[in-house]
Amino acid sequence: MSVKTLTINNTPVAAEEGKTILEAAKEAGIHIPTLCFLEGVSTVAACRMCLVEIEGINKLLPACVTQVTEAIVVHTNTPKLQEYRRMVIELLFAEGNHVCSICVANGNCELQNLAIEVGMDHTRFPYRFPKRSVDVSHPQFGIDRNRCILCTRCVRVCGEIEGAHVWDVAQRGADAYIVSGLSQPWSEVEACTSCGKCVDACPTGAIFRKGTTTAEKQRDRAKLQFLVDAREKHEWTR
Amino acid sequence: MTKDKEQMTKIKFATVWLAGCSGCHMSFLDMDEWLLELANYVDVVYSPIGCDLKEYPAGVDVCLVEGGVANQDNLELIHEVRAKTKTLISFGDCAVTANVPGMRNMLGGSEPVLKRGYLELGDVTPQLPNEPGIVPELLEQVLPIHELVSVDIFLPGCPPDAARIRATIEPLLKGEQPKMEGRAMIKFG
Repeated sequence: MSVKTLTINNTPVAAEEGKTILEAAKEAGIHIPTLCFLEGVSTVAACRMCLVEIEGINKLLPACVTQVTEAIVVHTNTPKLQEYRRMVIELLFAEGNHVCSICVANGNCELQNLAIEVGMDHTRFPYRFPKRSVDVSHPQFGIDRNRCILCTRCVRVCGEIEGAHVWDVAQRGADAYIVSGLSQPWSEVEACTSCGKCVDACPTGAIFRKGTTTAEKQRDRAKLQFLVDAREKHEWTR
Repeated sequence: MTKDKEQMTKIKFATVWLAGCSGCHMSFLDMDEWLLELANYVDVVYSPIGCDLKEYPAGVDVCLVEGGVANQDNLELIHEVRAKTKTLISFGDCAVTANVPGMRNMLGGSEPVLKRGYLELGDVTPQLPNEPGIVPELLEQVLPIHELVSVDIFLPGCPPDAARIRATIEPLLKGEQPKMEGRAMIKFG
């Protein structure tokens, strides 16, 4: 397998052909913030947190889906990228109804953590306060679409790892929302195996276990990676 | 320094309580003995917990504003505060994001909120409150204060803990700006 050499933040990096800039950076110990990215499932580059600058290319590219090429010079943390990342997070907060103080994921939320990382002390965009639905029909789980950022991790983890494809995205643009089955209440979707992988995958408190209250959400994220490793690498123990 | 002169150099300090639960003010009181230290530097000129004056005075140096803007009284006061204050601090998640009071916004306007609260859930003599000039009218939406007036410092948290409040105020006493960054200073919730 051929190896590509590139530069990330003035550090020379070697990566196998076909690897993404995100993977190459991770191997080199360079942190690039991500949100919709989830180890073990396909990449969709939906959230734009991992945008990077490549010298000679006039637009910003998402590191999670951009493959390494020979001799590219990548910058991951320029003032321009910092500003765009903060704007992305501010827009997410203004778009939905994210009330950290009463959320199951308070203190254990990737959106909240990224707000801290990008230095967001308030959002400069007016809040939309959209009307969104909550579905607690499932006996074990609930989905609160007020807290959803449409990262589609639940869609991917259910379709690709569990193979049930309970979740998908309905509508378009600002009206888009996560839908179960054929727009049925979650409890009526026969395909759901109640495995709970969507709870583990959800970066916020949008999908949760019933009975958890403020700041009590736990995730077993390693389980998802374990399942993928078991299938692909035949590593059967955790 | 004479006592008079000392008095003159004190910072004119205020706190304001709009649509919030007063938890941020309780957290302010959690600064405990440091409040005595703070009292050496400031004159509390307006505050629900530190002063009996009912009119917001002119020439305030620093003001902490708790709560979102939910009614006509809140709206008038926040404009008055902005006009008479050098450093306005948006104090806590309700002020910064509208937070829990803002959750009524999803019901769409003040009318469905009042109907739900006073008619549908009114067990005894259900009626809408109507006392112009005494009971302030609800605004259609609860807004974070920076959507109405300019804000100098954002101090999020529900509530911001005492250490975070102190770390925000203390530099201002020395004429410095606080560093609002990192989990200890800007985590919401």
